Amino acid sequence: MNEDVVLQVKGVSKSFGGVKAVDNVSFGVFKGEILGIIGPNGSGKTTLVNLITGFVKADSGMVLAEGRKLTGLAPDKIAGLGIVRTFQIPRPYHSLSAVKNLVVPLYSSRIMHTIGGKLGDRDTVALDILEEIGFERDAHVPYKLASAFSEGYLKRLELARCLALRPYVIVMDELFSGLSVSEITAMIPMVERLHMNGITIIMVEHRVRELFQIAHRVMVMNFGEKIAEDVPDNIMKNEIVRQAYLGVT
Amino acid sequence: MDEKIGRRERLDRGIKVQTEGIYAISSWRGIAYSLFPTVSFVLGMLIIPLVVPSMTWQRIMTIACIFALLALSFDFLAHFVGIVCLGGAFFTGVGGYISGVLNSAFGLPMVITIPIATIAGGAICTFFLLPCLPIRGIYFAIVSLMYPLLFARVIQALELFGGTDGLPGLATFPNIWVELYFIIPMTLILTFGLRRLVNEDFGIVLRAIKDNDQAVRASNINIAWYKTKAVFIASAIGCFAGACLAHLYGWVGLSLFALDFSIFPIAATVVGGVGTLVGPIIGAFILAPLSEMLRAFGPLRVVFYSFVLTGLVVFKTEGLVPFLQRKYHQFERWTEI
Repeated sequence: MNEDVVLQVKGVSKSFGGVKAVDNVSFGVFKGEILGIIGPNGSGKTTLVNLITGFVKADSGMVLAEGRKLTGLAPDKIAGLGIVRTFQIPRPYHSLSAVKNLVVPLYSSRIMHTIGGKLGDRDTVALDILEEIGFERDAHVPYKLASAFSEGYLKRLELARCLALRPYVIVMDELFSGLSVSEITAMIPMVERLHMNGITIIMVEHRVRELFQIAHRVMVMNFGEKIAEDVPDNIMKNEIVRQAYLGVT
Repeated sequence: MDEKIGRRERLDRGIKVQTEGIYAISSWRGIAYSLFPTVSFVLGMLIIPLVVPSMTWQRIMTIACIFALLALSFDFLAHFVGIVCLGGAFFTGVGGYISGVLNSAFGLPMVITIPIATIAGGAICTFFLLPCLPIRGIYFAIVSLMYPLLFARVIQALELFGGTDGLPGLATFPNIWVELYFIIPMTLILTFGLRRLVNEDFGIVLRAIKDNDQAVRASNINIAWYKTKAVFIASAIGCFAGACLAHLYGWVGLSLFALDFSIFPIAATVVGGVGTLVGPIIGAFILAPLSEMLRAFGPLRVVFYSFVLTGLVVFKTEGLVPFLQRKYHQFERWTEI
C-alpha cells in the first residue's frame, strides 16, 4: 500500500503573523485517485496548495513526492517534477493568444528535455492540447487573446497549462468556482478523463455537491486543521463535519 | 433637399484580413498593403542623412540614433519583460568607458573595441543589476537609476580612467557618412531583430513573465534566468550605443553617465508609442531634432520642450505609432441609409 502513495504530506504548519493558516496537517495521496479537500472559507485550503507546490515555505513539516522531499524547492522546480497546480483566480497571459499561452509551459525545461522537437512545433502541440480541453480547433478561438475569454475558458486554459507540462499530479485550486452549473457539468467529464489517463488529482473545492460526484476520498479542513478524511458517503454522515462545515447540528 | 442622409461606415480591414501569425496574401496590392509601413520606415531611415541640410544636422541624426537605441532597449524591457529600467545612463557609461579604455590604453581599433564593449558591457551591467532582478515593482528602476550616479562618483573620487578630465583622443569614425551608415543600419537591424525575438518562443516566455510571473513559475520556468537574459540583451544594446557615442566624440568622460541618457529614452518611447519597438525610434527622431531646434529660445528651451512633450502625451496618449497603425488599417466611407 505504501508504495502506491504518490504524495505524502507530513505535519506541515504555516502561520501568517499570529494566524495559524495550516496547523500540523498530514495526509497521503494514492496513485491515480481523486482526493477532494473541502472546508469553510479561511480554513487553509489554498495555503495547503501553496505549501505543496512551493509557493509558500512551510514553517515545519515536509512534503514528499515519491520519496523525494519537495519542501524547500522553488515552485518552478516542483512543477518540473510533474506536480503542477491551477490557480483559484485564473492567471492567463492577457497579451498573448490562447495558443501562445501554452507555448510557455511547452518551452519549460521539463518538456524541452522530454519531448524536445520531436512532436512537431510548439504551436501544433499547443493546438492539440487546447482541442483536448475543449477549445474549438477549426475556429478563431485558439487565436483570440486571453484577455477576451470568459471565466469558463480561462479555467480551461489553466488546466491546459497544467496538461502541457505532462504532470502526474495536478493540484486544482477551486477549479469550479466562478463557473455556471452548465460549465461545471462540462468540466466534470474532463476531470474524469484526466483521472482515467492515470493522473493523480487533488481538488480543493467549495462546490461540495459536484466534488462528491467524482472524488474518491475527501479530506475536511477547519481553522487550518484536518478534521476528517474518508470516502464521500461517510463524510456526509460525519458529525464533526456537519457541525463545522455543513452547518447542521 | 438634395442632401443625402448617410452615416459613416468604418471598415477595420486589418483586423478582418490579418490576424497574428496567419497571412493570406492574395494579390500584389495585398502584399503592398502589408509591406508599405515597414518599407517606408526603412527607406525613410536610410534616406534621412541625404536630405538633411547640413553637417550639423547629420551629426544630430547620429545622436538621435544613439538615443533611439537606448529607447529601444527601454521599450523592450518595459513592455515585453515588465522591467522598468532607468539604466540608460549606466549602459552608455559602461559601454563608453570600456570602449574608451581599450582604445586609449591598449590601442585597439574601433572594429574590436565596439563589439567587446557591447558584450562585456552587457555582462557587467547585467551582473550589477542581478541582485534586484527577483524583486518586483519599482525597486529595479531605483537601483538602475542609482548605478550611473555611483559609477560617476567612483571614477571622480578615485581618479580612475582620467578622472574628471576623461580620456581624450580616441579613434573616431573616418567621416560622417561612415558614422551614419554604420549606426542607422545597426539601429534598423536591432529594431527588427528585437521585434522578431519577441514573437519567437523565447520572446513569448518573456511576455508571459510580464503578464503574470507566478503562472510562469508554475510552468516550470525559472523567471530569474529569463529576466537575466532579457536584461543582458537590453544592456548590450545600451552599451553598444555608449561605445558608439565614445567614438563619435573621440572622448569619454563623466558626461556619459549623465541622466539625460536615462530620461530621454523614456520620453521618446512615450511619444512614439510604448510596446511597438518602432515607436521609440521614431520618437527619438522627433525629439532629438526638436530639442536642437529649440536652442534658439536659449534658456527657455526646456520650457518649450516640456510644452511640446506635454501636448504630445495629452493629445496622443497612445503614442504616434499605434495611432498611425490604427488609422492605416481603418477605412471610412459614407453609406446611404
